[in-house]
Amino acid sequence: MPNDWEEQLDGLKQGSVRSMARLITWVENRRTGWMDAMKTIYRNNGQTRVIGITGSPGAGKSTLTGKLTSTLVEKGYSVGVIAVDPSSPFTGGALLGDRLRMKTISTMEGVFVRSMATRGALGGLSLAARDAVKIMDAFGKDIVIIETVGVGQDEVEVVKTADLVIVVCVPGQGDGIQAIKAGIMEIADFFVVNKADREGADQVVMDIQTMLSLSSQDNDIKVPVLKTVSTTGQGIPELVETMSDFLTNTEKTPKKTENRIREELLVLLEKETARALRKNWVDKGLLDKAVENIISGERDPYSIVQEVIKTSLIN
Amino acid sequence: MENKEQKKAPLRVLLGKPGLDGHDKGAKIIASLLRDAGIEVIYTGLRQSIEQIIAAAIQEDVDIIALSILSGVHLELSRKLLYELNSVTKADLIPVIIGGVIPKQDIKSLKQIGVAEVFPVGSSFDDIIKIFKSYEQKKV
Repeated sequence: MPNDWEEQLDGLKQGSVRSMARLITWVENRRTGWMDAMKTIYRNNGQTRVIGITGSPGAGKSTLTGKLTSTLVEKGYSVGVIAVDPSSPFTGGALLGDRLRMKTISTMEGVFVRSMATRGALGGLSLAARDAVKIMDAFGKDIVIIETVGVGQDEVEVVKTADLVIVVCVPGQGDGIQAIKAGIMEIADFFVVNKADREGADQVVMDIQTMLSLSSQDNDIKVPVLKTVSTTGQGIPELVETMSDFLTNTEKTPKKTENRIREELLVLLEKETARALRKNWVDKGLLDKAVENIISGERDPYSIVQEVIKTSLIN
Repeated sequence: MENKEQKKAPLRVLLGKPGLDGHDKGAKIIASLLRDAGIEVIYTGLRQSIEQIIAAAIQEDVDIIALSILSGVHLELSRKLLYELNSVTKADLIPVIIGGVIPKQDIKSLKQIGVAEVFPVGSSFDDIIKIFKSYEQKKV
């Protein structure tokens, strides 16, 4: 491993916030040596609990995350936050504005907030976010909150493996269930109806409860539906209490751990194999050659891919 | 389609508004401008303390700190920021770029304090992007 990686890993071990931040950047950028660094980091992973917060844009996720964080810090926990916002698929740029709603926590002792752009599909947001969680874990964070808009496969994947998933809804968005499209409903451990001081909040709570009672999932598991006003902090203490009960009760389920490892391994395998293959193809000019062959009518895309799978992946 | 340029990691910029400015129209325009130039912009919002800006810059591991200042206290704010920032970052400095209502005669003093670039009222969008993008080359 190159020296600069060693230096940052040492820094991480000694509690340097800057080293943690730098490692997240380098790993996210897939800088040469990142996998070796992650191996070391993975070995130092401990007890961090991960909370995923998702919901439609404007539901108040960032403000809620801010309030939750400060409450958890007051209770003595050290908290990391990963706030995800979209990158432009056209320019690759991004405007990351979640810190705007978390102003007071950024200088709090024990709080680390990191904004993350979704970047291209190839990097894999879920991988980058989970790598960041592992780096924060190795640093010694007790709790990491990942906050992301719950639209799109990639975003769902991010929160899917969290220890606790909170889906945030608000009154005034259609029939209240608009915000809870398929995929989101199934991953929620809790629902929070935020902006509960607004008209229609109770209706949203009822809609969610009806949906839950109709769901085909295990009925023994009761999914809590809570009301909050994150701008004033109303309902936050109750939410934190419900969260800590949930986390205590689900502390050691081998099933969940197994599922998480399986999921993470599969995603990592998929993305990294694809990346390695792609790099090899581009570097060796195989891509250009294949395109040429397809245009000239000599080959077709399917036989080419079949051949690649056979030669590079099987055995 | 595929080339080395595309694979380069995007530049990360913290855009901060220190002090007591009443609005952030200019900052928002710059934020959109930089975003459209392929940069990841982390915007802090209005009325940030120097401590908050430095904490955000470290946590976000940005390549540049950009400040928008309209209040006339750019010299004081810059001096305080650079002093405190450099004592935190030590040898591994983060460049600081300032824009806003800055009289021409103050540019020299700002640069002496250690500000990397200054964009007073009337700076062209092209120049601003060009300067920000030039930091991409310096990225490891």
